[in-house]
Amino acid sequence: MLKVDGLCVAAGELPLVSDVSFTVGSGERVGLIGESGSGKSLTASAVFGLLPDDVTAAGSVRLDGVAEDLVGASENLLSRLRGSRLAMVFQEPMTALNPSMRVVDQVAEARLIHRTAGDRAAAHRDALRLLEQVRLRDVAELGNAYPHQLSGGQRQRVLLAIALANDPDVLICDEPTTALDVTVQAQLLDLIVKGVKERDASLLFITHDLAVVATVCERVLVMYGGRIVESGLVAEVLTSPKHRYTKGLLDASDLESVDERGRLHAIAGAVPAAGQFPSGCVFRNRCPRADDRCRVQPPWFGEPTAGHACWHPVGGDE
Amino acid sequence: MRNLVIGAVLVGLIVLAALISFLWTPFDPTQVDAALRLQGPSGAHWLGTDRFGRDLVSQLMVGARTTLYVGVVAVGVAAVIGTPLGVFAAAGPRWLGEIVLRANDIMLAFPALLLAIMFGAAFGASTLTAMVAIGIATVPSFARLARGSALQVLNTEYVLAARSAGRTGLAISVRHVLPNIAGLIIVQCSVSFGIAVLAEAALSYLGLGTQPPTPSWGRMLQESQELLAVQPRLLIVPGVAIALAVLGFTLLGDGLRDRFDPRLEGHRAQG
Repeated sequence: MLKVDGLCVAAGELPLVSDVSFTVGSGERVGLIGESGSGKSLTASAVFGLLPDDVTAAGSVRLDGVAEDLVGASENLLSRLRGSRLAMVFQEPMTALNPSMRVVDQVAEARLIHRTAGDRAAAHRDALRLLEQVRLRDVAELGNAYPHQLSGGQRQRVLLAIALANDPDVLICDEPTTALDVTVQAQLLDLIVKGVKERDASLLFITHDLAVVATVCERVLVMYGGRIVESGLVAEVLTSPKHRYTKGLLDASDLESVDERGRLHAIAGAVPAAGQFPSGCVFRNRCPRADDRCRVQPPWFGEPTAGHACWHPVGGDE
Repeated sequence: MRNLVIGAVLVGLIVLAALISFLWTPFDPTQVDAALRLQGPSGAHWLGTDRFGRDLVSQLMVGARTTLYVGVVAVGVAAVIGTPLGVFAAAGPRWLGEIVLRANDIMLAFPALLLAIMFGAAFGASTLTAMVAIGIATVPSFARLARGSALQVLNTEYVLAARSAGRTGLAISVRHVLPNIAGLIIVQCSVSFGIAVLAEAALSYLGLGTQPPTPSWGRMLQESQELLAVQPRLLIVPGVAIALAVLGFTLLGDGLRDRFDPRLEGHRAQG
């Protein structure tokens, strides 16, 4: 459904995302995980053609049924796709709603923009139905509320309702549950999966939370330093990671295991600033297993949909 | 909150006086009576009469109309031209925004009074010319404010969200930017109203604004200026009226700003 090929995003000379390729099949749910600053959100913005003014994208992004490449496509075409075939749920429910508009009107607007509703009254009815679908309680009352009168979880439901308003083919969620507490998070994840399944839509779920990926997604892409370093089925990647970075992430999130000094595992160092990543393998300055060979960019080992880019995969050549 | 109340009360008094003047004034404000000239305050003439024997209270009441009329038109011109210009400068193409900004700077550097004198010379001195000139001179302050706050709104995530839902250009400005900067624009209107009132008084005082016989507070000052030493009352009355009007609109603007300014957002309860 969505095919990203050799996507590069750069701010001037500074590369931010390099050679990212992946596909999201029809009805498939794919997770994109990585630390802050690994280029996850930029990848999503590039798919939407919503990069900041001074940031440029190269490569190719294809959507089924659209002849043109979305990278470099006209604003006209992109704005017709956004919100109709492509939809996005943002991270910050507190700021992603217009504070001076009633929420039901904001949902109705999504129907009106793409003329999927007949008239204003129909759009309003659709909006109430959508808000009911995302289980907003007292839709009649809360629909007429302004965003500041809703809780974070309620606002995120409204954002989901807006995203699902026109039955998109691809839904991109950019850390939609990061700002929510755990119980609300679980409810919202259920709603997202349900909404996507009902519409047979594809889902690209961006997060840094491995547990969320495990509950929501079928396949996962691991991103680091603007590159995809490993991909595969969730069950396989999360149980037997190949790339040293994925292994590091999993060790770090395992609260049962500790090192010999009784401390939780952590990946050494911090994510470098953009442009400060080492040449060759992007992870080699933090990797316990790095050697001279890692000065050369590792090729992709394995299938396009299940493989890794590491010279010394876990359980490999040790 | 106190500013808002005091401002609202002062402005309310002026509006009330202007409204009542349509139905009733103690005397005809333009009626000249040589027998009654320069009378002090009395039961019949509460604030006395001027050098032509006209009743001061009646003149003040009808003059309030002029004041409000001037304020509404001048601020209307400034807001209606300045706000879209500013939003456009923020949302439109960068080079166009630059042109608007530079033109704005030139306007700011140009003395408003000079503009009014030019307008008076070109189109004849009248209340309308004065108002339009004041309005045009006030455009830059609106454009500046609108551009600044529109830029802020355009950088918010809800505008990004609107774009990601397929909204484009003009629709974003109209549906998302304008409603969210409206509060600040209203504040600016109130503050500009005070400035416009003062400007009209100054222009009328110079003979470039309201023409006789229409009563105007500025002209009341002008007509009595030689009598400052003998009858200071004739200048104090319209002077105080002008001062209270400016004070009222400025306080109202300040009070509204306290409620609307996003920089003070933290002080308000957030649901």
